[in-house]
Amino acid sequence: MLTYVVRRVLVAVPTLLGVATVVFSLLRLLPGDPASVIAGPTATPEATANIRHQLGLDLPLWQQYLSFLGRLLRGDLGISTRTGSPVVNEIFTRVPYTAELAVISLILAIAVGVAAGVIASTRRSGGADLGISGSAVFGVSMPTFWLGLMLIIVFAVRLRVLPAAGSDQGVQSLILPSITLALFSMGLLTRQTRSAMLEVLGQDFVRTARAKGAGRRIVLVKHALRNAMLPVVTTIGLQFGALLSGAVLTETVFAWPGVGRLLVDSIGSRDYPVIQGVVLLLSVSFIVINLLTDLVYAYVDPRIRYG
Amino acid sequence: MSIPASATADGPQTAQELALVSRPANRVWVRLRSHPSAVVGFSILAVYILATAFGPLVFRYDPIHQDLSQAFLPSSAAHPLGTDDLGRDELVRLLFGARYTLVLGFAAVAIGLVVGVPVGAISGYFGGWIDLGSQRVTDVLLAFPNILLALALVASLGVGLQNVIISVGITSIPIFVRLVRASALSIRELPYVEAGRALGVPSPVVMLRHVVPNSLAPVIVQASLQLGAAILIAAGLGFLGLGVQAPTPEWGSMLGSSRNYIFSDPNLATFPGLAIFGAVLAFNLMGDGLRDALDPRLR
Repeated sequence: MLTYVVRRVLVAVPTLLGVATVVFSLLRLLPGDPASVIAGPTATPEATANIRHQLGLDLPLWQQYLSFLGRLLRGDLGISTRTGSPVVNEIFTRVPYTAELAVISLILAIAVGVAAGVIASTRRSGGADLGISGSAVFGVSMPTFWLGLMLIIVFAVRLRVLPAAGSDQGVQSLILPSITLALFSMGLLTRQTRSAMLEVLGQDFVRTARAKGAGRRIVLVKHALRNAMLPVVTTIGLQFGALLSGAVLTETVFAWPGVGRLLVDSIGSRDYPVIQGVVLLLSVSFIVINLLTDLVYAYVDPRIRYG
Repeated sequence: MSIPASATADGPQTAQELALVSRPANRVWVRLRSHPSAVVGFSILAVYILATAFGPLVFRYDPIHQDLSQAFLPSSAAHPLGTDDLGRDELVRLLFGARYTLVLGFAAVAIGLVVGVPVGAISGYFGGWIDLGSQRVTDVLLAFPNILLALALVASLGVGLQNVIISVGITSIPIFVRLVRASALSIRELPYVEAGRALGVPSPVVMLRHVVPNSLAPVIVQASLQLGAAILIAAGLGFLGLGVQAPTPEWGSMLGSSRNYIFSDPNLATFPGLAIFGAVLAFNLMGDGLRDALDPRLR
């Protein structure tokens, strides 16, 4: 197991370096002179020169790159050009909001998705299966931002039972955003669980378990679901990353003060250090979560470790 | 060595019938025609294409011209879905919007295919350092969760139709690289490919004749699902104000600007979203149908 962990972690290193390089080049991809783009059309030459110096754009490219990587290793993401405070602080005051939303949505998606997938697989082609599979494909096709708006119209504008936006009303504020964010993952997990279960239910060991007289529920949960969950675990890992970035749209709809909204606001005000910081944070979390998922997977299924 | 068609008792009886069923494309077509998801998906897409082609001939309004005296009209015979905040006919804007959405989706997936398929084929077929290099780049692209890469690219390249297509197109590349590479790896060692190589068939010919066609089924399925994903991402960018810009009647940006009126005129938010939803649903259903029809395990 240890060899597998070490190998898997080492493989992630070039990916992390690659992500850092892409994030570094975001600023350099800007058409024309990045400093004058950031400073805006009305800036004085001094202000532009100031920004150029502040972002280190007056240095040779290789030197910029090395100092960028060096600062990353020390956890320094630079200074926000909009607020003047360190990017790390800007981001970390927002992280709890996004994490809260993503974790609740993930739990919701797993609970509903796995249960619905199992039910659909045991009633293949029946009414329940058609209903569940149909809802699942609706779920993965729904634009989340539109779903959010529709929920606001129904529950906040018409029925007036839940807040339309913001995060200041405790649990009530969380209900609509977390349903909105969860729906896509819910649909995907339903589809995945259903097909994984169908595959497992057709195998010999399930027939053997039934033949030896094991109860229906035991066969379903202990024999079938346990095996079917293996591919589903990978999807859950991937979905957590997708939820973090899906929060960009959901947070914008519900005026939720997380990192997603920070990213959108920063793009609007061309605050590139913050843009780079958020993109880096979200993709690094995605890599780390996938790494952890792979390790869990390998721990549960020895075939991976020795494969 | 071949068995005459009449020899099989309950199979196809005439040579013509045999030809019909034995051609893979026909078999797929027969299965697709009886697959409910595929039928619904293709029907929705057909409705969209007909509506965007002929709709503007029926409702002759300018989708961009503003007339504030006509703002926020409810639905009527003249304006079936009413008018928006700037007095433009909502239905006509939706009909024109289908063009942008379909063009965005197809162009972005085309970029994914044009770059992803050859890179995947070369990577899997040749292996070695080419494979290693291209796989590390693919890893990096896959390390950005769905909309994030497109968002980051648009932040740098700037907004507008062309940059949205490029950004969403780049996010569509890695999945095709992986798919084609996997099938190239599996076919590389097969005896007939090795025989071809031994006879001196040039590598590009082997790839075009065997590697690429062999990966066609999963690529077609993925292309359909990717069309749905691309449309969702592009509409999301439009919604955030970072996609196709106003006054262009793109569904995502229409939805974004409707947000200011959800209290006074919720219909403006309802219809563009419904249109996006329908388009994505169509491609997802088509993908499901194609997968079942092309999957050899179910034969």
